[in-house]
Amino acid sequence: MNSAAQFRDDAKRLTHDLRHRELIQSALKKYEVARDAKKARYQDWESARVEASDIKWDAVNHLDAHLAEFARNAEAHGTKVHWASTGGQAREIILGIVREKNARSIIKSKVMTGEEIHLNEALEKADMSVVESDLGEYIVQLRHEAPYHFVFPAMHLTRGEISDLFERELGSAPTNDAGELTMIARRALRKKYITADIGISGANFAIAETGMVSITENEGNARLTCALPKVHIALMGIEKLLPKLEDLALFLPMLATAGAGQVLTGYNTMYGGPRQPGEADGPEEFHVVLLDNHRTRLLADAEQRDALQCIRCGACLNVCPIYKNVGGHTYGTTYQGPIGAVITPHLRGLQDWKHLSFASSLCGACTSACPVKIDLHHHLLQSRRNARGQKPLWWEKIAFKLFAVLANSPALWALAKPMARFGQIFHPLVKATRLDPAYVWTQSRELPKVAPQTFKEYWKGRNP
Amino acid sequence: MTERENILGRIREALRVPAERHGHGVVQNSPSAPHESHASDWLPVVGESFEQRVELFRANAAELKADFHLVDSREAAAAHLRELATAKGWKKVATHTGELTRSICADLGVDILITDDGYDVNEMETCDAGITECDALVAQTGSVLVTSRSAGGRALSVLPPHHIVLARRDQLIADLPAAFALLKQTYGAGMPSMISFITGPSRTGDIERILVLGAHGPKHLAVLIVG
Ligand code: SF4
Repeated sequence: MNSAAQFRDDAKRLTHDLRHRELIQSALKKYEVARDAKKARYQDWESARVEASDIKWDAVNHLDAHLAEFARNAEAHGTKVHWASTGGQAREIILGIVREKNARSIIKSKVMTGEEIHLNEALEKADMSVVESDLGEYIVQLRHEAPYHFVFPAMHLTRGEISDLFERELGSAPTNDAGELTMIARRALRKKYITADIGISGANFAIAETGMVSITENEGNARLTCALPKVHIALMGIEKLLPKLEDLALFLPMLATAGAGQVLTGYNTMYGGPRQPGEADGPEEFHVVLLDNHRTRLLADAEQRDALQCIRCGACLNVCPIYKNVGGHTYGTTYQGPIGAVITPHLRGLQDWKHLSFASSLCGACTSACPVKIDLHHHLLQSRRNARGQKPLWWEKIAFKLFAVLANSPALWALAKPMARFGQIFHPLVKATRLDPAYVWTQSRELPKVAPQTFKEYWKGRNP
Repeated sequence: MTERENILGRIREALRVPAERHGHGVVQNSPSAPHESHASDWLPVVGESFEQRVELFRANAAELKADFHLVDSREAAAAHLRELATAKGWKKVATHTGELTRSICADLGVDILITDDGYDVNEMETCDAGITECDALVAQTGSVLVTSRSAGGRALSVLPPHHIVLARRDQLIADLPAAFALLKQTYGAGMPSMISFITGPSRTGDIERILVLGAHGPKHLAVLIVG
């Protein structure tokens, strides 16, 4: 099945799944309340958005200079910097390090770029044991499925389902308590941190002026992943650059507030190299893998370039009426929701992913939620235009021609109004059946009623 | 050609077309201009006096479910730790050598692991608590700023189930911009290999967005300002 058909089928199924809707909406309601409370503490959230957007805009539009500066500074502190044009190259680089170190076991903190390049599959094929340490990622890994949301990976599961899963996979006693479930995972993962040969993480930001990567997390799993194994590898997209260390003073709290309704995320940690002389612990080697994987294709689209400003906070998913109804897996992408619909056609090809731009009501909730002011819903509109090419479909051409004739002739227009009012009396007879001319719309929605009076008629009646 | 050159080449090629910015028109690709940050004006407000900052830190800590105490001497801090050790039945704690830790942990009455010159991670795993100093406390967010140099390495503040932070009064600073300014001032070009803002005990909401403490890191975080 192609990705468009899969999207259509899954969306149809899930929009009718009331249990799913209830679960997602109650989770996102909690997020909304927390986010609004934390946003209200800012002296000026809107100005913060403008400044954050300006900084990222500048960073993206001078990406070459910032990347070169980052690499220079990172290398000066003993970090090994690798460059990968494709997912395949990134996998090879990481496998190369793994082989050189004779590594057997790997602990991972959340790496969305790893999902993007199917890193786990590649490592497992090479006989590595790979364990995800972020609780949500660990749960979906045990279920052999993709994350449901790039910030909240296991948002689609209930306590009961997770308890069943742990019982089956870990042999734990069933429980309905979220705290108990978390402790089961904590105990299962403790040993892994200590025995793992290599820790793999992502990065939320990279700082050009200091050559550091910054990692944001709540659980402490990334802190442990980057502290205990002898080798630490950070895999990140080339767009993560910020020019200055102090830029984080704005981006860390904004990421926390927009993404999870927090003042600041539990741990925000900057890594500037391997263990230094005089330090108590830390890895002997620190590798940073910079991944392009078609980000430069998005960069070359001047119209949608600002989509590279994304800090992956997930706010646009959390407010999207389509996401809330069709759910994360339906997208079939690493990055779901509005931002996923904008960037996936660039990262993975317009032909197969153009349908995503139609998974939007164009309400613009995403654009107003975005902390770095990416013009998401206009980009979706542009993608629709790009997807359609220059030529409209034949029946659309005819329909619009007819509409133009109608709208250009006051006499015809006057005639059409009562006809529409009369016609709609009989509409219920065929509504949502194949005979219904508005079938595509009415099978899942109500058709708005033609008003009994036009505004002009109403106005004339009021001011005779 | 190396992949580095390939990628940088593609970026330069892509950037030859200036981008249009919604609401700004076409923005020419001028050289990157250093901007002036106004983050302090947008972020949550922080009072001027020490008392106001203590109150804000206290409120943030309470919300984060971290313990916070302002004690007026090192003896009082030591007494507090002894009480905690007895109440929780600690057998062994890990710490590092610092001005505050040395005097306050001197007679805690439990075994002590010092991390300074390296340590056995299996041994640290058995410790009931990690006691560290810090670089600063951030009133605005209720965060503890630690580095691999100021807090006994990378794992000490996150592996044991209980993390105790000892700070001096003058280490309580206003906001995040001040924290980054302090880092630059303290370390300059020789930054430690790890810098971390710890904001509350380890937490997760990954199961039905229900808050659970102690996901992988410490379940308890206690901050003591020693005046
Ligand atoms: S597009 Fe904006 S709102 Fe969406 S994830 Fe990226 S930064 Fe967040």
